[in-house]
Amino acid sequence: MNVNQHTPMASPYGQPQPGYGQPGYAPLDGGYPAPYAPYNGPTSAYQPGAPPQGYSPFTSFPSKAVAANPVSDLSSPLDLGPVRGPPVSGAPPVSAPQQYNQYSHSQGEMQNGPPPMTQAPPRPAVSQSYNPAGMNMTGPPHPSYPQHYGPPPTMQQVTNQMTGMQINSGPPTPAGPGYAPPNSSQPPVSTAYTAAPPTSYAQGPPPASSAPTQPPPPSGPAAPQQYYGGPSPPSQQPFNSSLPPTSQQQFTPAPPPSQQTFPPSSYSGPMPPASQAPAPPVSQPQQSFPPPAQPTFSAPPASQPPAFAPGPPLQNQGSFPPRGPPPSSQPGSFPPPGPPPTSLSSGPYPGQMPPQQHPPPSQPSPYHSGPPPPGVQMPPTSMAQSNHLPPGPPGPPGPMQQPPPQPGMPGGFPPQQNGAFGQVRGPQPGYAGPYPGQPNYGAPAPAPAPAAPAQKRLDPDAIPSPQASDMPAVQKSRHRIDPDAIPSPIQVIEDDRAKSTEPFTTGVRGQAPPLVTTNFQVKDQGNASPRFIRCTAYNIPCTADMAKQSQVPLAAVIKPLATLPPDEIPPYLVDHGESGPIRCNRCKAYMCPYMQFIEGGRRFQCGFCSCVTEVPPHYFQHLDHTGKRMDCYDRPELSLGSYEFLATVDYCKNNKLPQPPAFIFLIDVSYNAVKSGMVNIVCEELKTLLDYLPRENPEMDSVVRVGFVTYNKVMHFYNVKSSLAQPQMLVVSDVSDMFVPLLDGFLVNVNESRQVIESLLDQIPEMFADTRETETVFGPVIQAGLEALKAADCAGKLFVFHTSLPIAEAPGKLKNREDKKLIGTDKEKSLFQPQVGFYNTLAKECVAQGCCVDLFLFPNGYVDVATLGVVPVSTGGSVYKYTYFQAQSDRERFLNDLRRDVQKLVGFDAVMRVRTSTGVRATDFFGSFFMSNTTDVELAGLDCDKAITVELKHDDKLSEETGALMQCAVLYTSCSGQRRLRVHNMAVNCCSQLADLYRNCETDTIINFFSKYAFRGILNSPTKAVRDTLINQCAQILACYRKNCASPSSAGQLILPECMKLLPVYLNCVLKGDVLLPGADVSLDDRAYLRQLISCMDVSESHVFFYPRLLPLTKLESDSLPVAVRDSEERLSKGGVYLLETGLHLFLWVGASVQQELLLNIFGTPSFSQIDPSMTSLPVLDNPFSQRLREIIDSFRAERSRYMKLMVVKQEDKTELIFRHFLVEDKSASGGASYVDFLCHMHKEIRQLLS
Amino acid sequence: MSTYQEFIQQNEDRDGVRFSWNLWPSSRLEATRLVVPVSCLFTPLKERPDLPPVQYEPVLCSRANCKAVLNPLCQVDFRAKIWACNFCFQRNPFPPSYAGISEVNQPAELMPQFSTIEYIVQRGPTAPLIFLYVVDTCLEEEDLQALKESLQMSLSLLPPNALVGLITFGRMVQVHELSCEGIAKSYVFRGTKDLTSKQIQEMLGLTKPGATAQQGRQPVPQEAAASCKFLQPVHRVDMNLTDLLGELQRDPWPVTQGKRPLRSTGVALSVAVGLLEGTYPNTGARVMLFIGGPPTQGPGMVVGDELKTPIRSWHDIQKDNARHLKKATKYYEAMANRSAVNGHCIDIYACALDQTGLLEMKCLSNLTGGHIVMGDSFNTSLFKQTFQRVFSKDYNGDFRMAFGGVMEVKTSRELKVCGAIGPCVSLNSKGPCVSENEMGVGGTSQWKMCNLNPSSTLGMFFEIVNQHNAPVPQGGRGVIQFITQYQHSNTQRRIRVSTIARNWADAQSQIQHIESSFDQEAAAVLMARLGVFRAESEEGPDVLRWLDRQLIRLCQKFGQFNKEDPTSFRLSESLSLYPQFMFHLRRSPFLQVFNNSPDESSYYRHHFVRQDLTQSLIMIQPILYSYSFHGPPEPVLLDSSSILPDRILLMDTFFQLVIFHGETIAQWRKAGYQEMAEYENFKQLLQAPLDDAQEILQTRFPMPRYIDTEHGGSQARFLLSKVNPSQTHNNLYTWGQETGAPILTDDVSLQVFMDHLKKLAVSSSA
Repeated sequence: MNVNQHTPMASPYGQPQPGYGQPGYAPLDGGYPAPYAPYNGPTSAYQPGAPPQGYSPFTSFPSKAVAANPVSDLSSPLDLGPVRGPPVSGAPPVSAPQQYNQYSHSQGEMQNGPPPMTQAPPRPAVSQSYNPAGMNMTGPPHPSYPQHYGPPPTMQQVTNQMTGMQINSGPPTPAGPGYAPPNSSQPPVSTAYTAAPPTSYAQGPPPASSAPTQPPPPSGPAAPQQYYGGPSPPSQQPFNSSLPPTSQQQFTPAPPPSQQTFPPSSYSGPMPPASQAPAPPVSQPQQSFPPPAQPTFSAPPASQPPAFAPGPPLQNQGSFPPRGPPPSSQPGSFPPPGPPPTSLSSGPYPGQMPPQQHPPPSQPSPYHSGPPPPGVQMPPTSMAQSNHLPPGPPGPPGPMQQPPPQPGMPGGFPPQQNGAFGQVRGPQPGYAGPYPGQPNYGAPAPAPAPAAPAQKRLDPDAIPSPQASDMPAVQKSRHRIDPDAIPSPIQVIEDDRAKSTEPFTTGVRGQAPPLVTTNFQVKDQGNASPRFIRCTAYNIPCTADMAKQSQVPLAAVIKPLATLPPDEIPPYLVDHGESGPIRCNRCKAYMCPYMQFIEGGRRFQCGFCSCVTEVPPHYFQHLDHTGKRMDCYDRPELSLGSYEFLATVDYCKNNKLPQPPAFIFLIDVSYNAVKSGMVNIVCEELKTLLDYLPRENPEMDSVVRVGFVTYNKVMHFYNVKSSLAQPQMLVVSDVSDMFVPLLDGFLVNVNESRQVIESLLDQIPEMFADTRETETVFGPVIQAGLEALKAADCAGKLFVFHTSLPIAEAPGKLKNREDKKLIGTDKEKSLFQPQVGFYNTLAKECVAQGCCVDLFLFPNGYVDVATLGVVPVSTGGSVYKYTYFQAQSDRERFLNDLRRDVQKLVGFDAVMRVRTSTGVRATDFFGSFFMSNTTDVELAGLDCDKAITVELKHDDKLSEETGALMQCAVLYTSCSGQRRLRVHNMAVNCCSQLADLYRNCETDTIINFFSKYAFRGILNSPTKAVRDTLINQCAQILACYRKNCASPSSAGQLILPECMKLLPVYLNCVLKGDVLLPGADVSLDDRAYLRQLISCMDVSESHVFFYPRLLPLTKLESDSLPVAVRDSEERLSKGGVYLLETGLHLFLWVGASVQQELLLNIFGTPSFSQIDPSMTSLPVLDNPFSQRLREIIDSFRAERSRYMKLMVVKQEDKTELIFRHFLVEDKSASGGASYVDFLCHMHKEIRQLLS
Repeated sequence: MSTYQEFIQQNEDRDGVRFSWNLWPSSRLEATRLVVPVSCLFTPLKERPDLPPVQYEPVLCSRANCKAVLNPLCQVDFRAKIWACNFCFQRNPFPPSYAGISEVNQPAELMPQFSTIEYIVQRGPTAPLIFLYVVDTCLEEEDLQALKESLQMSLSLLPPNALVGLITFGRMVQVHELSCEGIAKSYVFRGTKDLTSKQIQEMLGLTKPGATAQQGRQPVPQEAAASCKFLQPVHRVDMNLTDLLGELQRDPWPVTQGKRPLRSTGVALSVAVGLLEGTYPNTGARVMLFIGGPPTQGPGMVVGDELKTPIRSWHDIQKDNARHLKKATKYYEAMANRSAVNGHCIDIYACALDQTGLLEMKCLSNLTGGHIVMGDSFNTSLFKQTFQRVFSKDYNGDFRMAFGGVMEVKTSRELKVCGAIGPCVSLNSKGPCVSENEMGVGGTSQWKMCNLNPSSTLGMFFEIVNQHNAPVPQGGRGVIQFITQYQHSNTQRRIRVSTIARNWADAQSQIQHIESSFDQEAAAVLMARLGVFRAESEEGPDVLRWLDRQLIRLCQKFGQFNKEDPTSFRLSESLSLYPQFMFHLRRSPFLQVFNNSPDESSYYRHHFVRQDLTQSLIMIQPILYSYSFHGPPEPVLLDSSSILPDRILLMDTFFQLVIFHGETIAQWRKAGYQEMAEYENFKQLLQAPLDDAQEILQTRFPMPRYIDTEHGGSQARFLLSKVNPSQTHNNLYTWGQETGAPILTDDVSLQVFMDHLKKLAVSSSA
């Protein structure tokens, strides 16, 4: 690893390319081996060892080569064969792009061919819904297709791949590269839905053949799953695709033919997928289905097996159900039938496309509706069902045989309705069209041959789907849950988890870390831990054009003070002496591993701006023979990604070392506050809480001083000087011009003034027990705290406990402006903007003083969070909101939040600056902070839970050799009053191939960025416009992938990059969230609150917020959590108990017919009706189940920055409505689309973009 | 003229009045020719132990614009039970309660010896006295400690039912809530913000929103007052307040090098005035402001907080270089007027070595009748005893203070009132007896004196309006009635009525009589008041010129001389001392600002315009006693020739008590002869002036600065600056006398002054 680090740094530059190519790889091998190894392992398990390796380009070169090829293909598909090579290599791991490329070109196809075989099985299993869409021949993307075929499951997948291969191969020969690129590209990410259709076509024919081949796969099938696991693990989905490749390899020999044959099967697969839930959304799948019936399927299937496969699988396997839906949906939305027709016509392609779109609407339910097309569909559905249940066996055969042609149709079509006929027709037409048309379409008919290559690439993509297919398989076998034809977040999460068994080392540039949902250990070897920085892409485009073309946002989510798990070492503190940290003369970047020492160590060259700076004498050190400093490993700043510098007085405000910070508690004592019990609780709690003020050394007392203020219409300051016998209260009524009435005795050391403070806290509730004052002020409250800090000349934090809209006459006075009529209009945005400009000005002042404000709200009505939150949000503070606070039920939540908020480590008066390599620039920032210029992020307070999202834009070209560097430096005052600089470094790769980009993205981070971007957007634009923009951008991202990276296939096929296959589902979650699409019962305050809350969330929080974790609790094992299920009502069993966590809420859903034993275990009551829905904590019962459940709940709470109140929801109880709100894959009451519907919609958008 | 002297003395003892002329010229023209206007010094509450107040209300003339009070000069028809008003001649029936009236059964107010009579009014609610301490906390620790002790001590001197409040200030202003248990509460105001009275009351929670609108005006203050947390009866919060005062800390805000502490005196006063205004308008209240330095921030600031900019001096003021002067003065004037309207008085106790801004703040006390006490430190007996003396009691055990006084003047038709000079404000009450010609505070027949004490004296100026051709009926008398309503310190409302009559005289035929009725002491003080009053608004030299002019005119009018022959100039006995008074007045700190800071000038003037005649004369011309082995203590000339080596001199300037040991005495004392038994007489000699000084110290308010010095001592300057410099370094040898001490001054001596006066008086061109 070291080598790697260095290479990038020093030697690399010297011999950049070489270093990279070789050393880099070498290291990669070394490095990857570990991380990837596991993957490989699994994959190997599934697949013959070889394949896996092959897939994971990283591992074995030879086989890898093959695998690589696939990968490379994937990437390359986008551009050119050759080009691809590099990107691919970049790709990932191995980085032996070239090799890959080579392979990819020639072998890739070959491989693809093979993979199908092996993969086919997996895909079927996985054949996630996506694949349905995958219908597009691109089989690869939609492994599902394969799955469909899957019935011949594995077989199908394989076949799909095969088909893909064929297609690819086809193209390869012709225009090898050309085709390849597309296909491959798709594959990489390929969960693309679209792919399926075309492939299906291609495969269509093959299917049959594939079927036969599939058999072999069967054995593989199991493997496939693992396979997936393997592939996905690579972190890059492309790899997954690579998996297919492996399978392909196997197939390779036979490739072309067999592949084709498979394809057919795959086709069927795809079809199914489509039919599956996902499929519906994709609707395209449906279309694809039609295609599926036709050749398209076949091809795509292979590639997409997983995704599409579902469709097929459905038929064959459990996937059917899903498919069913899609189909039906299609019918519904589309005049399904119509589509088919269109599909029939070759021109149809386009037509098909639409059909596919139609499908989207269809979706599950549609499915049923689909039935209408009934005659045919019905069967399909049944087929699907049968598939699901009895899975593959019966189904498969049937499907296999008929599927491709009819079955497929049915499966796919059926779901879709006309599917059968339509499909058949469609496919054919499609075929015709495709070929003529282009890759996409081409895939369908002619595609087969030409497409082959593409497919291979697709395969890679497909591979991912295979994973999906695996999933289904698993599900089928294990839980008997309907297999999904569309990408399942759960599957992706589980796969990632499975492959992340080894610590993640950060030494390799551009390596994507495991998902946020995965528990992994990080070893800092030169780049910042993903706990500090996560990027949307780890391989960013070299040029602005590329970046613009892809529309993939380049952003990093930085959590500078993130808390690390106990087994990881917090950043070291480095002291460079009186002259302060050593920095580049020009760009002022801090010393870091990217600085290259030259001239024997007398100077160093900045990795960011290339400026050469003298090394100060006291820092001089000789270099070793590799050009590294001898003390490289002794100095954190030369070997680690994250570390801290001790700042000198030059880095302090006014050139004065900072005073220890202060905490000021400002408590509302108006009638509402007293009556709700808040005042009492706060005062009681503060007595003990004050012993836990943050400190860096647990042995020492905290140096943080505290002060107390109460207020209603006027402010009451307290003098708690230790020499006083009794506290003194100072009333300031002049709220219009706030000032601090005392200096000495306001901010005190807790230990010194303990008695006075306790006396005060005892008396506050008494003093105001009989208050009749209902009006409050707010602006002056913050001003008061601010002035106090100013007077004490220190930074600090205000804890404001506030209840009501500040209507009393004072600066910052507000009016009730909640007007539901404005919602949905152009004026809606004004509701998110602060009502008055006062708070903006105030926030600015606060930031200047380092005054961070945390606001605890206890509203009984509208309090205008949008306005009250301005200061907290601008000062790096937090807003906590306890609507209708009741002491009894909300006490725990509030107190836990408060405790955590008070105790957590926090830095003050911080300034963050992000420096980047020449070529990119940090252009935009999102989070809780204030900016007075365009580069410095000023945070009055920065705690361990706050993340800042930084958007990067090109202002020049980047080089592939040097990659892109980023250094985030945060200057802050620690809670012990020490001035420090925390530095996080991050290097990412640069690519000139879009495929590389798509292979190295992180959807969770992208969603984090999108949500923040959108939530800021609603300040200035109508919500609808913001939603449309989001959809549009995602569509562009996916379309760009489809256009440049996916194999040519039917336009009707939805092909998703492996890395982004969850983009639609997550995006949908964002779009249908309360902020962007409020339900009738969501108050404006709630929306503003969430909007602000999310603006500073890190990726893991935003992930679980948008896609809640839903755990079935039927069985609990002591050492692991049960595997989550998807957030859909369909997944809930009446007999089960589920725990749902969003990061803010925690629900325990109890099915109506849950077993008595379970109830006894959990609630201590045998009767469902005796469960008290108002309980906020579970009874402490002495049984393992109860213990474990409470452990889990506790661990969830510990994991999140805010305490989650437990809410017990009984099925069919009225509170279930609230619970359902979080089942984000379902249609929401406020009109949010279901996952399936949305996927279909996205597909439509993509197709529009493509045409 | 012993008769006149007796008459004057008798009148002063009975009515507390001293007229410049005790015979009045009968026409306007003649009156103006007398140079010194018909005027008087009137002490409304002169202590009259022999005058028990009557327990009923005065009988008023029924004419609407007259309302004069029945008095011994009225014509009474005992049979018809009718009396004729001697001002408007309205015939009024006696009220029913006077049914039993007869020539042998006359009510007190008809008896000649009761020309001054006091009534106790029973109507109306009685309000407790209010004492609001406004305390500067920007003091040295020692000073603050001493002040705290004085304040704590004062609590025991207050009447138990009096309401007391506490405001402290430094950089901020804190109004302390006194009724609370447990946590000590106070309301804090920023020291830099000028707040309106309404804002202050709102911020103190004295007004309930909406209450004002719903209820009439009257109830609101009452209600607020009842619940006012800031003013509580002494007996209830005695302990609390003592503790609170004990815990008072110096202003905690850091004062950096080279800066003055930030002192928000202006806002503190504004809050105090606003608080009282909102709670107890028109009730006797005393705001007692204790300051240890000048206001340095906010409205009313007198000097910035930079030590490098010194506080304004007369020099700065003359060059118009005092930045804050006008603004601050205006601010405090506005506040004084507000306070006066509400009947609250403001005392200023300023103890600091440097100036504290009395120049700007003087009107607070001048207009409201409050005291100004100036000292070097709160830790001096000067302050401590003076402060204690504020709460001194009279022979009845009542405080020597009265609140909310309103004095009304009624004159008979031949007279009109031009104005008053003293601790009062005009109530702008126009009436038939108000002259258009203003002297002092004029244009009204009623003045308000928020605070009065037995020595408070007003200078009243009148005008004869009788025309030359309308002779006064033979035996007719001019009548003036002073009606003073006030709240006695025992909270009773009382009315004191003094009715004064003087005979008319024809100035042409009876000029001798008029001349002999001249009260030169009163005239000197009255002219001095006019001069000081002018000095407040005019340049010093102008005032001196005016005074000189008046003096010369007076000499020309009454002197006997041959034209152009200064040596022939003679003045009658009744005027003989007058030029000398004028000489000393010209040199006094009331008109001379040399060697005085603006604050000192303000302080001296403040006291000059409110003290009675005796004290005023002391101020104009200090008294000098001599103690020697040659005889008993004797008053000697205030002249440098009185300074002899074998004498001990005791000089009382009102503000200072100087004991000066002559050169020889000082040597003896230094040698310690007084310790020797055989020189017991020397010891007694040394003790004599001390005892006399002690006597003065005991009674004087404010307590004078006590100076014990000797020949050649630095403090001897106090004496040297006052004596007539008959011997200076300029004429020392020409006089060649052994006695006396030369004064190093260029000031003219009395002799020179007189020479010039004579010369000018006899000059026809003057």
